[in-house]
Amino acid sequence: MDGELLGYRRQNGRVGVRNHVIVLPVDDISNAACEAVASHIQGTLALPHSYGRLQFGEDLELHFRTMIGTGSNPNVAAAVVIGIEQNWTRRVAEGIAATGKPVSAFSIEGAGDLETVRRASWAAKDLVQAATEIQREPVALEEIWVSIKCGESDTTTGLGSCPTVGVVVDDLVDAGAHVFFGETSELTGGEHLIADRMATPELRERFQATYDDYVALIEAEESDLLGSQPTQGNIAGGLSTIEEKALGNIEKTGTKEVVGVLAPAEAPDNGAGLYFMDSSSAAAEHITLMAAGGAVLHLFPTGQGNVIGNPIEPVIKLTANPTTAKTMAEHIDVDVSGLLSRELTLPRAGELLMEHVRRTANGRLTAAEALGHREFSMTKLYRSA
Amino acid sequence: MHKFLIHKRGDHVGVATSDIAAGETVVGVYMDDESSVEVAARHDVPLGHKIAIAELAEADQVLEYGSPIGLTTAAVAVGDYVHTHNIKSARW
Repeated sequence: MDGELLGYRRQNGRVGVRNHVIVLPVDDISNAACEAVASHIQGTLALPHSYGRLQFGEDLELHFRTMIGTGSNPNVAAAVVIGIEQNWTRRVAEGIAATGKPVSAFSIEGAGDLETVRRASWAAKDLVQAATEIQREPVALEEIWVSIKCGESDTTTGLGSCPTVGVVVDDLVDAGAHVFFGETSELTGGEHLIADRMATPELRERFQATYDDYVALIEAEESDLLGSQPTQGNIAGGLSTIEEKALGNIEKTGTKEVVGVLAPAEAPDNGAGLYFMDSSSAAAEHITLMAAGGAVLHLFPTGQGNVIGNPIEPVIKLTANPTTAKTMAEHIDVDVSGLLSRELTLPRAGELLMEHVRRTANGRLTAAEALGHREFSMTKLYRSA
Repeated sequence: MHKFLIHKRGDHVGVATSDIAAGETVVGVYMDDESSVEVAARHDVPLGHKIAIAELAEADQVLEYGSPIGLTTAAVAVGDYVHTHNIKSARW
């Protein structure tokens, strides 16, 4: 594909396609201070969320990994971190600062919201003014880490929009990019096809164990997922069973081998290639985890019309459903409904999507960005103490 | 003009790419080899929903994408509308 690709090269060598200065609450009770800072200082972005207090064990580790991963994402130029207590605040700030990017941290205890907001606003102003001087520079396609997940799927996802993403994923992997997919429980009925693509027997074993664990959790809580997998929206769109949904979903992973199995929000450690990340199929949680793992651009096939966005990772939506392309046009970046009428070939659909990858990387706002969709959802493994 | 697509040769169902009306004779195209098939629809099949292109007995495996997508809960005739009323997951 032709055309210059521009991105922001960060201190650790990673490439971002956005230049956010985030104001990150370590915990739910610091949301108000973060939102106050972001309302004072133009060009900053608060990321309010619901957790971060009295978590423990693996769930707490995932919280830290998600916080630190979000701040470390190359789409983030600098971070202001605010938490109630000093220790956890410092842990998150130091984790982000390890990337080399500027971070300022503040704890509210002993200072109160108003004094914290005053100090943090001064820091945010300096960080945002410095960030606005960072220029995009030429980057290579393989430096753009991409995540994929579909939503409000129907049969048109399996016929058109997921295979289109599959074409682009194969191209990206061939170019030497990192690509993430997940949706553990939503592979049900096609999990053997993913297992067959694991690069080594050890990875295959780890993938199978991850899948089996997730399904065991579901079965322990609820004997089955009838009524929730497929969702009511999926069924209205013509999907009858989880197997049918999974086989359509898997189309978007392309054909390449899988080089790593990641825990939620874990950064890849095995070089370029296609990675599976253990994750929920709920769109906001999923994309939040993938962004924390380092993905800077998300490809989102939709059938009935999911409206998801993410505050730091642009989400490009495509649909092959001609009705959705019309009735929810403001949410759709790439219309590939010509695949159903056979006016569009699959290779051409792949080219159209790749062109949008480039334009979005170069700065074009996605539909979700223009509409203000900033869903940031922490994954919670179990209840807090 | 085709009105449904079939993922693979050997699949038992196709997916409507336009709304299909009961009694209509409709053309389906196989996505793997571009060949086509003609079926008389026995029911209305909305866009995105499935039409049977094979006879199936109750409790038969249903193939789409060349893979099983579930089991029939009733006998299915060619041209039938196929959805949650006559197939269910084999997993849960």
